[in-house]
Amino acid sequence: MKSKTLVFMFIAFTCAVALGFFGLAESCVRVALAQSPTDTYAIRNVRIVKVTGPVIESGTVVIANGKIAAVGANASVPSGAKVIDGKGLSVYPGMMDADTEIGLTEIGSVAGSVDTNEIGDNNANIHVDVAVRPDSSHIAVTRVNGVTSALTAARGGLIAGQSAILNLDGWTPREMVLKSPVAMHINWPGGGGGRGFGGEFGGQQRSATELRREQERQIESLKKILRDAAAYGDARDARAKDPSLPKQNVDLKLEALIPVVRGQMPVVINANLERDIKSAIAFVGEMKLKAIISGGAEAYKVADQLKAKNIPVIVGPVLRVPVREDDPYDAAFANAGLLSKAGVKIAFQTNDSAYSRNLPYHAGMAAAFGLPKEEALKAVTIYPAEIFGIADRVGSIEQGKIANLIVTDGDPLEIRTQIKHVFINGRDIPLTSRHTELYEKYKARP
Amino acid sequence: MMKKTNAILSSLLTLAMVASAFAQAGGNAKLAAGASSGVTATAPGETLIKNATIMTASHGTINNGSILIRDGKIAEVGPNVKARDPNARVIDATGKYVTPGIIDCHSHTGVEGSVNEGSLSVTAMVRIRDVIDPYSPAIYRELAGGTTTANVLHGSANSIGGQNAVVKWKIGKPVDQWLVPDAPQGIKFALGENPKQSNSQGRPGATAARRYPATRMGVEETIREAFVRAKDYRREWQEYDAKKASDKTAIPPRRDLMLDALVEILEGKRMVHSHSYRDDEILMLLNLSDELGFHVQTLQHVLEGYKVAKEMAAHKTGGSTFSDWWAYKLEAYDAIPYNAALMASRGVIVSMNSDSDELARRLYLEAAKAMKYGGVSEEEALRMVTLNPAIQLGIDKRTGSIDVGKDADLVIFSQHPFPVYTMAEMTMIEGEVYFARNEDLKQREVLKRERDQRGGSRQPRIERPDEPQPRPNESPRPNEKEP
Repeated sequence: MKSKTLVFMFIAFTCAVALGFFGLAESCVRVALAQSPTDTYAIRNVRIVKVTGPVIESGTVVIANGKIAAVGANASVPSGAKVIDGKGLSVYPGMMDADTEIGLTEIGSVAGSVDTNEIGDNNANIHVDVAVRPDSSHIAVTRVNGVTSALTAARGGLIAGQSAILNLDGWTPREMVLKSPVAMHINWPGGGGGRGFGGEFGGQQRSATELRREQERQIESLKKILRDAAAYGDARDARAKDPSLPKQNVDLKLEALIPVVRGQMPVVINANLERDIKSAIAFVGEMKLKAIISGGAEAYKVADQLKAKNIPVIVGPVLRVPVREDDPYDAAFANAGLLSKAGVKIAFQTNDSAYSRNLPYHAGMAAAFGLPKEEALKAVTIYPAEIFGIADRVGSIEQGKIANLIVTDGDPLEIRTQIKHVFINGRDIPLTSRHTELYEKYKARP
Repeated sequence: MMKKTNAILSSLLTLAMVASAFAQAGGNAKLAAGASSGVTATAPGETLIKNATIMTASHGTINNGSILIRDGKIAEVGPNVKARDPNARVIDATGKYVTPGIIDCHSHTGVEGSVNEGSLSVTAMVRIRDVIDPYSPAIYRELAGGTTTANVLHGSANSIGGQNAVVKWKIGKPVDQWLVPDAPQGIKFALGENPKQSNSQGRPGATAARRYPATRMGVEETIREAFVRAKDYRREWQEYDAKKASDKTAIPPRRDLMLDALVEILEGKRMVHSHSYRDDEILMLLNLSDELGFHVQTLQHVLEGYKVAKEMAAHKTGGSTFSDWWAYKLEAYDAIPYNAALMASRGVIVSMNSDSDELARRLYLEAAKAMKYGGVSEEEALRMVTLNPAIQLGIDKRTGSIDVGKDADLVIFSQHPFPVYTMAEMTMIEGEVYFARNEDLKQREVLKRERDQRGGSRQPRIERPDEPQPRPNESPRPNEKEP
């Protein structure tokens, strides 16, 4: 008993999350167990786009033990390193898709292959990394286009559950995890952007007043759940200090929400419409939550408030039609640029799985319509890492970071650019996928 | 009621925008006197686009060239073209690229209501041209992405669907003027999961009754049976026609609009555009067309076309595909982005289509994907969204490339059309400006004032975020309405 308590305390400390009983500790923050690849690589004569520092026009990146061991114009090549000549090529940090369903779904119309939506309003205790399929064909298809990691989130209910950030390589889900849990995902109640219930245009028509009332009811219900979680956490802490207090029954959903109400775990709120984003901002202020907006189709209309509250936006998909008939035709394309200009921290997402490989084109389209190119690149590399608290490990080319890198013959946001190498956790990933295999097979048909 | 009001408002806005675009005709334009006479006017005298990089789609790229437009047609193209009319409208396109107007070979844009008459599996009598909503906001958005022409198709719920409409997006003009006048008539066929309704029937929440066919075998039989009836019907008419001159009492067969359309197919007067995914169903239709004696003009989507490209080429059947859609249903699981390149390498005429109001705005970038996946040449890639769909629709004598005598359907891009950072700046149909970005930016102020006056914006219409992007019109996810 004593040792169990000690183990518990240790884990709780490591995780910076106080969990109620030992059985749950495993679902706490899991640090990636890299596959400890032994190969050392040196990419020489390569243009190095670190993203966090100035571009090195010709230099060397050394990869060892899964990490970036050295970066620089004159970094020396260790003996025994596999040398890749990068002449005419560029190395970039691998891209990160900041909201996806990767690993949870295979074929959209085949229910048996889809694990995105759990039933019930409160799925706070759901964590995606138990259902990620490392052999999903989407994973290889995505990474050979330069996207090396992705946030994967469940979609069902008002509170959809806890997401994970995955490296898009690994033998088991656990090996893929860069961070889990990452955030608690909430589908903001309302007509647009909420996944919790049928939208304004689904099924029967309801009046604006009815819809507003329904939204308010659901927001109240969210607040009640969070207040219960806070009280539950306080009661548990009190008993930890004073064992004479009555023992509390375990409630897994409230348990999972304790780090959220204590501001230790961010909430990612899926909201798209101006009014929904506004009410979400008010909500997180009142409940003192650390918040991130996901979707944010009309976030540009609320940019000043988002900036003032320091709320980042996971923009996307960018390649969508405008929300309103009379919106400018390029409203969805220009959104990210306007947010960036207002000082809001942004990252991009595809909100998809099969099409996560097109992440760079979402960023590129935003750059065509006002977002500076450098910012577009950061919003698929270092910014999502910063938003989710893993910028010390990924998101740029810096010594000591995990070697998630791509070597390209050009700008990775450009469609015609070819990816020449993909490194994930320092592993030189074969540039093959279900798609290249079928291509090779049928190219050879006589 | 609300919808009608919206439509009227929308039409007024559209008219204002087009009229204004007409009056301004681009940032560097000098306008001929009297040219801004109204949206229904024919294109004014001459327009010269000069100093442009011209990607002709038929005969390479002309650096620093000019295009002279007269009466809506391309009068001259080349490095040393000058206007004859001293009052010609001149558009200086220095540093910019001009391409043919983009042609979308698979669209449902503007179709009012459902795209499917889904009560029968053979509905050859219904016509898309009767249900085009000219006020759909998607149309202007497509013009803003350089798309000028579309093959607007019936949905894919039926083995033999309705008749298509090949249109140019001439917003502001009466919709009957949108039909490309000499475009061959067409019709939609569909194979696989959609006509057998495997994603709409028998799943949770499905309310409609099961319908024949429910298998790919049944789809084949449905098509064969329809044509067998059409042949009998044609024979009855032939017998009547032979008899009626000498026999005043001869009774004509009862007119059947569905069979009329099928007879037109048999006689080569109506093009078959068939939705398809898997190699087996593609071969089925090609073989069936041999047996029954008709031609399959295009296979639409044709995501496994790369497996049977040889057979498609032998049948002179075109492939109109998505650049990179896959995995949204079982029959799309073997879809690969190399499809376009592989089909093209086997001699199939290939186009990239949208099937989506969203994707139709950026088909120029979809073309670039054919270069990325499979190494198609730049000109061939451009053809996949211009000349090739024109050939597939039988309108290549009129549009699809920048050649003398063709309609002046043109797009001016801020730079080369394939970099992701490019932007369509002006879109012309038959020499008239239907989109000009600088004008659009100015109009936003006007729109803002109007919006404030009527007390707020339009109702939002946002797709559910858990829908796939791009969302295949043809390919609903579970719990989504079959289009």
